[in-house]
Amino acid sequence: MKSIEKEKKSLKRDMILLGVFVVTGLLILLFVLLTGQNGKSVEVSVDGKTVGIYDLNTDRKVEIQGLNGKNYLVIENGEAYMEKAECPDGLCVNMGKISRQGQSVICLPNKVVVKIVGNEAEESSDDIDIIVK
Amino acid sequence: MKKGRKGINTKQIVSYGIMIALALVFSYVESQIPAFFAVPGMKLGLTNVVVLLALYKMGNGSAMAINILRIVLVSAMFGGPSAMMYSLAGGLLSTVVMILLKKTDKFRIVTVSVAGGIFHNIGQIIVAVIVLNTTGIAWYLLILWFTGMITGAVIGILGAELVKRLPDKLF
Repeated sequence: MKSIEKEKKSLKRDMILLGVFVVTGLLILLFVLLTGQNGKSVEVSVDGKTVGIYDLNTDRKVEIQGLNGKNYLVIENGEAYMEKAECPDGLCVNMGKISRQGQSVICLPNKVVVKIVGNEAEESSDDIDIIVK
Repeated sequence: MKKGRKGINTKQIVSYGIMIALALVFSYVESQIPAFFAVPGMKLGLTNVVVLLALYKMGNGSAMAINILRIVLVSAMFGGPSAMMYSLAGGLLSTVVMILLKKTDKFRIVTVSVAGGIFHNIGQIIVAVIVLNTTGIAWYLLILWFTGMITGAVIGILGAELVKRLPDKLF
């Protein structure tokens, strides 16, 4: 009839596949840690267009005009975080502080992406993993 | 799949209706849970229980059909076009991966569900890369990879129990 899970089915294959998943996850972790030097600047983009690049080591507050509302970004002590956001879920505020290259805070409703970048030169070769167009 | 019969009969229509209704209710329940996960796109994926049930009780095509209908309906009611893109990419990719794994007939339901959870998130990340035109999401991929595994496992355990306990003749 229909395929029902067989109890006697060997666990080995499942363990192998799950192991592959865990190892792949750890490789991603390794990749993130290795490429994650402390960034030098904060790049803000709205709807894919860069609207500003700010020095990560200069404390300041930035008001970002997103597609559906404003986001308030704070740069402080070499870290950046979203202080307030005019969006329904406020998830970006909960994403916490970022300081390492490649880390980002994303606000989907306003299409705002705040990303930590390093030098422009290492930027291009360093943190791009996949480009899907 | 193994019905040996072409077309669709009344019982199947009823089954589809019930499964889609169930998926809608789960989606709604899930949308009411405030963001207890701090990362957007991170969800428990309760509706995947329904997809798993459909996959193992009704067949591959049914699981795909129910999932697509569910996503279109949920997006029309609670989301919007952009939510639909993310859901469709995640839902389609995860369902395809689960169907392929199930076809090998070598893996337990829990494992299939874990793979589904991971690939659901990968599908969403692919859309995020395209829509937001950003590639700085390795960090995000890392978080979603592991949460996909965990939620996939939780849903898989639940789904496997249901597949085992619910009689085949219900479907």
